Amino acid sequence: MFRALAGAIGLGLLATHALAADPVEIGVGYLHRAGVKPTLSLVEQPADNNGVAGARLAIEDNNTTGKFLNQHFTLEETRLKDGDDAAMAAVAIADHGIGFILVDLPADALLKVADAVRDRGTVLFDVGSIDDRLREEDCRANVIHAAPTRSMLADGLAQYLVWKQWKRWLLVVGSHQEDKLYADALRRAAARFGAKIVEERVFQDTGGARRTDSGVTQIQRQMPVFTQQAPAYDVLVAADESEVFASYLPYRTWDPRPVAGSAGLTPTSWDAAQDQWGSVQMQNRFFKLNSRHMTALDMQAWTAARMIGEAAARANSHDTKALFDFLKGPDFSVAAFKGQRLTLRDWNLQLRQPILLVDGRMVVSVSPQEGFLHQVSELDTLGVDRPETKCKLH
Amino acid sequence: MWRYCPIAAVAVWLLAVSPASAVKAYVSNEKGNTVSVIDTDTWTVTATIKVGQRPRGIEFTRDGKFVMVAVGDDDTIQIIDSATQQVVDTLPSGPDPELFVQDAAGKVLYVANENDNTVTIIDLEKRARIGDVQVGVEPEGMAVSPDGKILINTSETTSMAHFIDTKTHQIVANVLVDSRPRFAEFKRDGSELWVSSEIGGTVSVIDPAKHVVTGKITFDIPGMRREAIQPVGIGMTRDGKTAFIALGPANRIAVVDGASHQVTKYLLVGQRVWHMAFTPDEKYLLVTNGLSNDVSIIDVAAQKVIKSIQVGELPWGITIAQP
Repeated sequence: MFRALAGAIGLGLLATHALAADPVEIGVGYLHRAGVKPTLSLVEQPADNNGVAGARLAIEDNNTTGKFLNQHFTLEETRLKDGDDAAMAAVAIADHGIGFILVDLPADALLKVADAVRDRGTVLFDVGSIDDRLREEDCRANVIHAAPTRSMLADGLAQYLVWKQWKRWLLVVGSHQEDKLYADALRRAAARFGAKIVEERVFQDTGGARRTDSGVTQIQRQMPVFTQQAPAYDVLVAADESEVFASYLPYRTWDPRPVAGSAGLTPTSWDAAQDQWGSVQMQNRFFKLNSRHMTALDMQAWTAARMIGEAAARANSHDTKALFDFLKGPDFSVAAFKGQRLTLRDWNLQLRQPILLVDGRMVVSVSPQEGFLHQVSELDTLGVDRPETKCKLH
Repeated sequence: MWRYCPIAAVAVWLLAVSPASAVKAYVSNEKGNTVSVIDTDTWTVTATIKVGQRPRGIEFTRDGKFVMVAVGDDDTIQIIDSATQQVVDTLPSGPDPELFVQDAAGKVLYVANENDNTVTIIDLEKRARIGDVQVGVEPEGMAVSPDGKILINTSETTSMAHFIDTKTHQIVANVLVDSRPRFAEFKRDGSELWVSSEIGGTVSVIDPAKHVVTGKITFDIPGMRREAIQPVGIGMTRDGKTAFIALGPANRIAVVDGASHQVTKYLLVGQRVWHMAFTPDEKYLLVTNGLSNDVSIIDVAAQKVIKSIQVGELPWGITIAQP
């Protein structure tokens, strides 16, 4: 037995180098804020480990591969409490010798982190923010974006609605800043793909609890009233990232119309129902590890950590700069159960990716839709393309 | 560890007898939970056999008497008696079997279990599990070297071809290939191993002795976006001169020169073409088209698609008894 094993290792040397030596360590940080924001639907309330659970699975996957390459990956989670400074925390992680940090923070905090670690050569992966400005006027040369942008999500949805010939939209926008940004992206998408916004309405957030013991009775009367007397429309598109009203709309509109956007048919990077292109194996692995379903944030973090693993395997290195160069180079691509390879937009380091359209139970469709063509990659029909970009790296 | 007796394997291989009856092709229909039986004389479906859930990998036993089909969602491999066309037995395959391969003697079966990163080894006579090998994430493609000494397993997320010693069950080498390797095929003379990478969009040609990638076959179809070219199944003629590579959603089979590794022709077939099998005389190649629910028949000498046959829902794998 021992002889056979020794022989196996000896032969392994030919192909995979020094298996006998200690594996090289590649540390990955995960920086996020504690606490989750409340959702209208109880079943959509994210778990405490939303996001980091996906990173953890990717680290396991990387280590299964790393076994054969003498590489070992570790994940170091930093959970910020109220008042903790994100930039200081990131510097502390970098001082531990960690070259890659997955960041799930709002845009302003992410920018502070990026600028704080810029001179240390630390590479950040934006896994949680969909703000277009991080890839446009506020782009940073040390930030790779694994999360899709708001405009990619809006375009993915718009392509399907247009393909479906639901071209007349009633747009309902929440009163918070993110809702307005989403509405901007939806307006842009409508103009690009030939949909018409027949009317816009604003749903004011007047405060109040998201959950009450007798909530349904009132909502059943409020929503029809709110949506009545609209011009003829095919689909109600709701922009409500703040979780104030959109989930109350399906089945309650004055006219019997489908709902899309922040409720109903929703664009996303991932869904627990996704079972195409071999995803079942990953969904199973995730469930086994975390005893819950995989969310979009989990998938964005998984993809980011897998990108690091993929670069380490391909470049056969653990050097942060070598891996970052590989990630930015023409040979990089990653498989992420989306039916095609995902690559980086070299002008702003945004990961190209198909957008799933889900209804909470099933994946209804995947964009880009057939017929939306592009001279470089059909994935570039989603979001801000190279000719329109405001990003100047460096 | 290289001391090994290949004589026995070859002897048993020579003893294997081809069935006298008309040649039948068995097609696994992944969504239909059925196996379609095609008569290769009349090119008609003569039977549809109900099997377990999500049938994919499918192979004749070496004696041509049985057809093994991996039913992944039932965590087993079912055995169909080709005489009665009934499911008669199951094998302890391990969870979620997808593709498998048998040794030349037809005595040992190697199964890729996607869900737990292992290759399961089954004694076909005793129909018992005799071992496991830990491999990379999502094992899929399987092949045994012509000399029987090496088992190849490809793992999709790890993107490697693992070389496993069939005697010791130890991994002796790992070769990195492009993303999502799906299928592995040796040249009959053992000089080359070809591995298709679905997401990478290439086929790696590997020197099996040196464990290095010596070349990559790439595909370029005018008017077709690169992401849609996803090589999966590979079929090579016995003389190693011509290979056929299924390109998935590109809806084409690439014809590749076995020596120069250059694509000489693209044959338009059905939608999402996946796996393939030759008739024993190598006159015809049958390929499964998942999304159009049919099988295309290719005239190998003429390199032309001559016919398509409607089968069940989402045809995936195909096997034809070989002499």
